[in-house]
Amino acid sequence: MNMNKILLTVLGISAMVACTKDLNRIPRYSTTSEQLYKNEAGYKSSLAKVYAGLALTGNAGPDGSGDLGGIDEGFSSYLRNFWNLQELSTDEAVIAWNDQTIKDFHDMDWTSADNFNRALYSRIFYQITLANAFIAEAADDKVAARGISGADADKIKLYRAEARFLRALSYWHALDLYGSVTFVTEKDAVGAFLPKQATRQELFQYVESECLAIESILANAKANEYARADKAAVWMLLANLYLNAEVYIKSPKYSEAIAQVNKVIAAGYTLQPNYQHLFLADNHTSSEVIFPVAFDGNKSRTWGGTTFLTHAPVGGDMNVNDFGIDFGWGGIRTTSAIVDKFADPSGNTDKRAQFQIAGQTLAIANISEFRDGYSIRKWRNRTSTGAAGSNPTWVDIDFPMFRLGEAYLIYIEAVLRGGTGGSNNQALAYFNALRQRAYGNTSGNVSSINLQDVLDERARELHWEGKRRTDLIRYGLFTTGTYLWPWKGGVPGGRAVESFRNVYPIPAAEINVNTNLIQNEGY
Amino acid sequence: MTKKRLLLGIAWLFLMVSPLAVWAQDRVVSGKITDSKDGSPVVGASVAPKGAAGGTTTGNDGSFSLRIGPSVKTLVITSIGFVRQEIDANGSGPLSISLVSSQTSLNEVVVVGYGTQRKKDLTGAVTSITSKDFVKGPITTPEQLIAGKVAGVQISSNSGQPGAGSRIRIRGGTSLNASNDPLIVIDGVPVENAGIAGSPNPLSLINPNEIESFNILKDASAAAIYGSRAANGVILITTRRGRADKLRVSFNTLNSVAVKTGTVDVMNADEFRNLVNARGTTNEKALLGTANTNWQEEIYRAAFMTDNNIAVTGGIKQLPYRLSIGYLNQDGILKTSNLQRTSLGLNLNPKFFDNHLSVTTNIKYSLSKNRFANQGAIGSAVYFDPTKSVNSGKTEFGGYTEWTSASGVLNGLAPKNPVGLLNQRDDRSDVSRLIGNVQLDYKFHFLPELRANLNAGLDRAHGEGTIFVPATAASDFVRKGVNNTYEQDKTNKLLEFYFNYVKEIKSIRSRIDVIAGYSWQDWLTKSPALPDLQADGVTVQKPAGIPFETQNTLVSFYGRLNYALMDKYLLTVTMRRDGSSRFSENNRWGNFPSAAFAWKISDENFLKNNKVISNLKLRLGWGITGQQDGIGDYNYLPAYFFSDSAARYQLGSGYVTLARPQGFDANLKWEETETRNIGIDVGLLSNRLNFSVDYYEKDTRDLLAVVPAAAGTNFTNQLLTNVGSIKNRGLEFVINSTVIDKGDFTLDLGFNLTYIIQNEITRLQLAKDPNFLGAETGGSGFNNVQIHSVGYRPSTFFLYQQIYDEKSGLPIEGLYVDRNRDGIINDFDKNWVKNPDPTVFMGFTAAASYKKWNAGFVLRANTGNYMYNAVRANSGILQNVFTGQGYLNNGHSNVLTTGFGQRQTWTDYYLENASFLRMDNLYLNYHVGEIMKGKADLRVNANIQNVFVITKYSGLDPEINGGIDNTIFPRPRIFAIGFNLDF
Repeated sequence: MNMNKILLTVLGISAMVACTKDLNRIPRYSTTSEQLYKNEAGYKSSLAKVYAGLALTGNAGPDGSGDLGGIDEGFSSYLRNFWNLQELSTDEAVIAWNDQTIKDFHDMDWTSADNFNRALYSRIFYQITLANAFIAEAADDKVAARGISGADADKIKLYRAEARFLRALSYWHALDLYGSVTFVTEKDAVGAFLPKQATRQELFQYVESECLAIESILANAKANEYARADKAAVWMLLANLYLNAEVYIKSPKYSEAIAQVNKVIAAGYTLQPNYQHLFLADNHTSSEVIFPVAFDGNKSRTWGGTTFLTHAPVGGDMNVNDFGIDFGWGGIRTTSAIVDKFADPSGNTDKRAQFQIAGQTLAIANISEFRDGYSIRKWRNRTSTGAAGSNPTWVDIDFPMFRLGEAYLIYIEAVLRGGTGGSNNQALAYFNALRQRAYGNTSGNVSSINLQDVLDERARELHWEGKRRTDLIRYGLFTTGTYLWPWKGGVPGGRAVESFRNVYPIPAAEINVNTNLIQNEGY
Repeated sequence: MTKKRLLLGIAWLFLMVSPLAVWAQDRVVSGKITDSKDGSPVVGASVAPKGAAGGTTTGNDGSFSLRIGPSVKTLVITSIGFVRQEIDANGSGPLSISLVSSQTSLNEVVVVGYGTQRKKDLTGAVTSITSKDFVKGPITTPEQLIAGKVAGVQISSNSGQPGAGSRIRIRGGTSLNASNDPLIVIDGVPVENAGIAGSPNPLSLINPNEIESFNILKDASAAAIYGSRAANGVILITTRRGRADKLRVSFNTLNSVAVKTGTVDVMNADEFRNLVNARGTTNEKALLGTANTNWQEEIYRAAFMTDNNIAVTGGIKQLPYRLSIGYLNQDGILKTSNLQRTSLGLNLNPKFFDNHLSVTTNIKYSLSKNRFANQGAIGSAVYFDPTKSVNSGKTEFGGYTEWTSASGVLNGLAPKNPVGLLNQRDDRSDVSRLIGNVQLDYKFHFLPELRANLNAGLDRAHGEGTIFVPATAASDFVRKGVNNTYEQDKTNKLLEFYFNYVKEIKSIRSRIDVIAGYSWQDWLTKSPALPDLQADGVTVQKPAGIPFETQNTLVSFYGRLNYALMDKYLLTVTMRRDGSSRFSENNRWGNFPSAAFAWKISDENFLKNNKVISNLKLRLGWGITGQQDGIGDYNYLPAYFFSDSAARYQLGSGYVTLARPQGFDANLKWEETETRNIGIDVGLLSNRLNFSVDYYEKDTRDLLAVVPAAAGTNFTNQLLTNVGSIKNRGLEFVINSTVIDKGDFTLDLGFNLTYIIQNEITRLQLAKDPNFLGAETGGSGFNNVQIHSVGYRPSTFFLYQQIYDEKSGLPIEGLYVDRNRDGIINDFDKNWVKNPDPTVFMGFTAAASYKKWNAGFVLRANTGNYMYNAVRANSGILQNVFTGQGYLNNGHSNVLTTGFGQRQTWTDYYLENASFLRMDNLYLNYHVGEIMKGKADLRVNANIQNVFVITKYSGLDPEINGGIDNTIFPRPRIFAIGFNLDF
């Protein structure tokens, strides 16, 4: 029996030794950073994720493998939350739904516990963290160490600059929405640490310096692949930063804004002849769009982005076929304040007035009632020739983050605010160029403009494009009693709200986990 | 016994007997042994002649036959779980012996991890339930056999779906994001308890008829031998064995009909019409139909079930075997739902080398064929307009009435016809599962005190299914139907090896029992990437080309020392070291020790011959257990995962697959639970009355919880990490008693009660921000109504305090108490109110027998548990009825009471006390006795399952796991009749 004993012992020990090695399990259908970044294609897949961070919500379309937790995946979309915080809080939009605290935005009584606000903060910093990781991996020495050289290395150099642009874009959003926020760069490794908070001044300088640093590396305007950032995208970002510099750092930079848009305007973009075509399923062909966020009904699916913007305003008597969609979600409409910006809201004169009037009332008695308030027929999943998008559930429309029309408006406003490098005549010419497109003739042209005209023109031209809150703040109208719109502050006639609401609160969950952060005043 | 002694014995016997009766010869006595409680055969009871050699055991039908010498006057009958009995062997004809159960019998052997222990030697909190005490009646899934029977163990079925799983909680949950399910070990194989594709419940793949006993290890000192997976307790299941004996066959059949117990209180067609006519616009009134349809009556049915089992036991030479075959065919009360399960069990346990090597082989195989009803119909039946008829009389949408626009375009937001949802979805799956193991137990020839045990096990499941929805079906009309398949494979392999040394050291009046072992277990799950297709086979979405695969491995070393001094002072010390592939090398290994002490006070001289106190034992236990189940396999690794074909991004003219880095915590480690337990077992009047009290404390730290990650620090905003702690304290009380034992009539009563003193999150975050309320959880269908907050139980309801009209007593819509008096109502005015889990839960069992009759019931009660009535909240509002989207919804008739216009998700008005008393089972058995000229024995039984529920809760069922009532597949009331036939 001694043999047995020995055999069993030997068997036992060998099994134990062999089996502790089994504890090194690695996932079969994934990859490590070393494997991923061994060639240019891997870098591009990683860069694509950073771009897609603006559009999609996860690794499965339209949902199922979300990037963020703690919120319904459809609600976690960058663009959707950005839009909600920029638009629902203003005269441009109200929403019928009762999802969590969604109505608090128009009521202007959001709190630091707000889950949508937290989702956007999370999404912005998820985007920045993705970009940081990419920028670190795409550093010249790392690329060279992986044996990548020549044309591939040049491509990666470009990718890295684009990732820096995307990071700067998100930091600008953070600066605009929250003021002073968490600050991390590619020098911070992923892991358990508590990042510092940057002041508005520091953020402003960082975004500015990043943009200036990458300007020369990026592809020339209109020279890059579709949906990738080029020099013009950076100029637009800088122009927006400078236009709002008085808000951000209490120091006007209107001349700098003019200098940037001048470069954009000179780059050869032209106004889309038909304004309405800017927001259709084939808007990727538009010569006006400077930087889009791309969507596709089959290949890039999400419940956020333009799928949200197309479905949510459809309800009541609206015919889903006009929108090329399966059915409406019956959610968002606008207030009479926006309708009233058009002398003729029918759309017969100014084509930018695309209101759904039939079946709706102008006044909003009840925000939860879809038929209260006009809806807007701006985003439609049909092509300029009337063909349906590739899928009725998820739309093909790309979101124009920056377009030439906006560049004109920045020029005009910066000139009127005293910036140099432009002229009043040129400003008036740009103004009338937009109106001429809207009217189809010169009947809408004006001979003089003031700052209020510019703000109203921005509402007519750029409504529901995610700009309104920033505009109202720049004009000092967002929280004050100077300008009231229906249900501002949660009352039918509107009311002034606390000035601290010019920035959103840093989410309480964030303050709680990062003890370095100081909450915005008032929250 | 050596041959020599046997020969001597025979010679001695012969000498003794021959002068008295020269012609006296051996004779054969036969008989049958039954349980006094219900007349069921006692299988495997030992029958031995008193004062002589030999003996036998009873077979499946409880019968035996034994050749005894003429001198033998008495037979001794013993069986685990029964009182020893001596029977006069001189009677004529077959003997009929009725054994009295001794749930109180302290000689009972209890299965503990890696071995057995005498019940009286236990030091930990262990509850043993054997088949005679199982819940009776139509039970199709194993865990329901012990529902309500064990203090500290809560078992609630998830729904009334055939084969539905249950939520099992031993001493409450200790985790937020890791699993709160106990470890389940079947015949030594820890089994997969996470979901298997195509099966509503992995445990339902095991035929409950196969099970002999459950042993529940509740405290750390008992469970810690299972180390990292024992934090939520361990359930050891032992299946029935073969016995070397003559061929015996037993057959049982149970047939039942299930009916619904009620319906959700929605508006009937007339109420609905009146409401729409009173408050609707002209357009809305025009949407009304003329029918009177009760949709809930349309989707449910009386459902039949038949459950048949046949078992053969016997021995071929020295090879004892048991072979069983079961067939279950169960319809669900929701139309179209069905489960068919064919199961096969084989047990072989031969012994070799003079019984030094025993081999146990268990194979359990089952094949389940499911037809899943579209459970969307349950909700749809609440919402669909009762003034519409089932059929439209037209051909579109398969002839079912659906909501369309005036031009006939399907309304995508509107609910779909409930009957259409059921009939137009053909969702089937085949799931096979094989659990098998071979255990070699070798007692060393040169050192019989030492045993070596090798156990190799396999748990393999394969699920595959098909879903077909025709293109005409409204549910998938836009995507033109569904024609999909899915597949999943799960393989769980086990290899264990241990030595056991048991030594009685008389000189120091000590007994030691030592175990040292090693275990390796590996889990692998795979599923292929399959395309998403329309009904006609056209691709909706291409497969990503990335199949799913995940694997994890656990390697463990363990040891246990049981030391008994003077058979009165018992000490158990265990240690387990676990290594898991789910953690990095730095955190991979965890140590899980435990210690327990028990003092058999009743064996002390001052109590030894006490007439009242027959047993008194004090138990003290401490231990640390771990948890790593319920989390992903690779959460500590920085890895990139690729996106699927519908989540690519356009760069240039092409679409690029995304490479996403996953959020990870490189420092991820075990969640640890430290448990302290103090228990007293008391037996009175020869153990006719037994009770036990246990007090426990569980501190879980390094909680595996998904918490906010600081922005900018990780590739996620919610990171699974080790943060926070939970404290549990509770009291368990059990009393079992044979109240009456007078010849023909016995009455046994059992009662158990668990009081949760504390179940509280004590830490959740790094810092404490007064504005951080906690992690919201518990979706009501629209919004979260629960929260994990420090200082409260997990998943506490977090709601506004409703203000009521003083006159009418009705809630005033949208008016809430401004708790922080800041003039606005927001999250900071919400209040932590009540919890979905009970503070006290109880089980009450009664069993009576009179001659050939016996009857009993099981009652179960929960108190202190609350339910959020999401059916009322979501459907009992005018906004739901008048959608403004071209269709009307029916809803809960509560809308007629409150008149609420908008959804008031966070009002505590919808929170209701869901305490309940439920009779799970009521049974009556009659032991007919021998039939077919004595060749067979017949027992007949009648059962009612889910007999009644007493509750204040206004919804359909007060017992919904999670505490949010959004309608479930309702639990039916089941009437069953069955018989058992033994040959």
